[in-house]
Amino acid sequence: MTGGIEAQVLQPYKYGFVTDIESDVVRPGLDEDVIRLISQKKGEPEWMLEWRLHAFRNWLKMSEPHWPNVKYGPIDYQAISYYAAPKSKPKLDSMDQVDPKLLETFEKLGIPLAEQQRLAGVAVDAVFDSVSVATTFRETLAKSGVIFCAISDAIREHPDLVRRYLGSVVPHNDNYFAALNSAVFTDGSFAYIPKGVRCPMELSTYFRINASSTGQFERTLIVAEEGSYVSYLEGCSAPIRDENQLHAAVVELVALDDAEIKYSTIQNWYPGDEQGRGGIYNFVTKRGKCLGNRSKISWTQVETGSAITWKYPGCILQGDNSVGEFYSVAVTNNRQQADTGTKMIHMGKNTRSTIVSKGISAGQGQNTYRGLVKILKGAEHARNYSQCDSMLIGDRCGAHTFPYIDVRNSTAIMEHEASTSKIGEDQIFYCRQRGLSSEDAVSMIVNGFCKEVFKELPMEFAIEAQRLLGISLEGSVG
Amino acid sequence: MTTLLEIRDLHATADGREILRGVDLTVNAGEVHAIMGPNGSGKSTLAQVLAGHPAFTVTSGTARYAGQDLLALKAEERAREGLFLAFQYPVSVRGITNAYFLRAALNAVRKHRGQPELGPVEFMDLLEGKLKVIGWDDSFLERPVNEGLSGGEKKRNEILQLAVLEPKLAVLDETDSGLDIDALKTVAQAVGRLRRPDSATVLVTHYYRILTHIEPDVVHVLSGGRIVKSGGKELALELEDKGYEWVRDEAPVA
Repeated sequence: MTGGIEAQVLQPYKYGFVTDIESDVVRPGLDEDVIRLISQKKGEPEWMLEWRLHAFRNWLKMSEPHWPNVKYGPIDYQAISYYAAPKSKPKLDSMDQVDPKLLETFEKLGIPLAEQQRLAGVAVDAVFDSVSVATTFRETLAKSGVIFCAISDAIREHPDLVRRYLGSVVPHNDNYFAALNSAVFTDGSFAYIPKGVRCPMELSTYFRINASSTGQFERTLIVAEEGSYVSYLEGCSAPIRDENQLHAAVVELVALDDAEIKYSTIQNWYPGDEQGRGGIYNFVTKRGKCLGNRSKISWTQVETGSAITWKYPGCILQGDNSVGEFYSVAVTNNRQQADTGTKMIHMGKNTRSTIVSKGISAGQGQNTYRGLVKILKGAEHARNYSQCDSMLIGDRCGAHTFPYIDVRNSTAIMEHEASTSKIGEDQIFYCRQRGLSSEDAVSMIVNGFCKEVFKELPMEFAIEAQRLLGISLEGSVG
Repeated sequence: MTTLLEIRDLHATADGREILRGVDLTVNAGEVHAIMGPNGSGKSTLAQVLAGHPAFTVTSGTARYAGQDLLALKAEERAREGLFLAFQYPVSVRGITNAYFLRAALNAVRKHRGQPELGPVEFMDLLEGKLKVIGWDDSFLERPVNEGLSGGEKKRNEILQLAVLEPKLAVLDETDSGLDIDALKTVAQAVGRLRRPDSATVLVTHYYRILTHIEPDVVHVLSGGRIVKSGGKELALELEDKGYEWVRDEAPVA
């Protein structure tokens, strides 16, 4: 018998280059002085600094969670630098003043920022290490009243909105990594969609880690006022390095009456090499609050990168008749580990949630789905549908499922389906016998498996996701 | 007469166990060959080995196909060169529609032949005619590959793929098993209609039944991993009458 369907040949990570740019990096370590320095560098008002310090003092009393089904060595929080920014600070009112090296970097990543090449219909906020370097289409969006900018700018320019909603969905003491983020967060995006406005274009943020020995702590806040709609996309990547880099983000979404937020992620942080050296620790808290009646928040994520992923984008369904959705594809290849899923907290009447999770494990990857569906006492006639499917490639990987269900109202209707399948030699042979290569066969089988999730992605992203999935599984089948 | 397939003294193993023990077989263009034999004689193994299934290892012998060393080609290269296997147990592919799968397969073959790949619209035009061959309407095309199909429908789907890919050499591995009389007739007629002077068909079967619809030029009996007897279509009738014990008794001891 030759080969089998597993032959570990890691294909090079395509976004692993380093941009040679002079950076302003704060000394490693974390204390109140560093936080003051970050706040000062960003020109923040006093209340913001106080909020950060408060979070930091809480963080000191907390301990790192070890309940996720992932293994990694201790993190030295004092060895990390919490702020890194390219020295040539751009002015956001003109793209001409952005360092060409930065424009080139994003172009290489497929995110052209220059005026003439921009992606039509998609506004991009480009974050490089700890700062937003450019936000496209700001003026176009402003015409319809949509605010889309770096969160640092929003703190200065729209303090009332930020103060009102920041921490309202993910409190600064929510968990260890959320507290850390609240203390040291640097950049991320802020979006505000006014009442009754359907955002005229897709909003997106691309996060790039470049500097070494730094962490990235982004913070994103999206507020959709009554009857508004927005579709937001996020992407990310990082250079290939032997060290592990920490990425601890917080994303908060707020949807008021009849508002809808669609949030899509393609996570492609450096996953480490085949021996498990290097890679990003992706410890992220994402949560949306359906505050208003008939509001809807939909999370779609395609997780292919990171050495370790710890992430549960959830929805608090507070408004009556509100809807929460979670569609996820998580891939772990080589030594990657993912513990990801969602939390759906039903508070309002007739609230509905849908969970579709697809886990793909290859190499020695370990993939865990962890999900909580909680129906509170007042949530009359709540409904949940959950579907968790796992696919295994080869015989050294693992798939694990931990669904938690907590129902406190007997009118709830809950459905849960789960399946585990293995890509078999026979399935691949069938495709090869029809003329497809092994790689195309695997890509086809995997894409078919993920179809229910991919169809939730905006068109351009769906294509990107399919391509990415092809790449990250390349070489996992011989 | 062009020789399409020439197998000499072919030996093959699975999990270290020898299943084919010296198969000789010559198939010319325009011919239909039937390979019959009892359970476990190696019929399906022969079909899978010809298609290049990785679970089998060829330990000795040669196989030439259309002037090439068949055994040196990867499974997908054999397919692109026009060798088609209709599977005994077709595999399902979740989330992928028949239309998508068929087009991907056809384009893989076309690309190999240096022909332009077909877009969705051109492909649909081509497909319409092919669907008629097996008596299906196009609602089938949006269904996932072999998912939720009955055994008989899966076999028909194999024949549809055969019709679309127009192979040089079609190996049908027990395509007749699990079919009711009407389905058998449809499938057999479709295979008959798809015959071309430059192509050949190898039918692997247990039963005489299908041969009443597709008349073979040569009938072989495979037993103990070797072809022990070959003859005209009358051999199939004789087998139907006397059973496989008869050839086994007659065959020289290996």
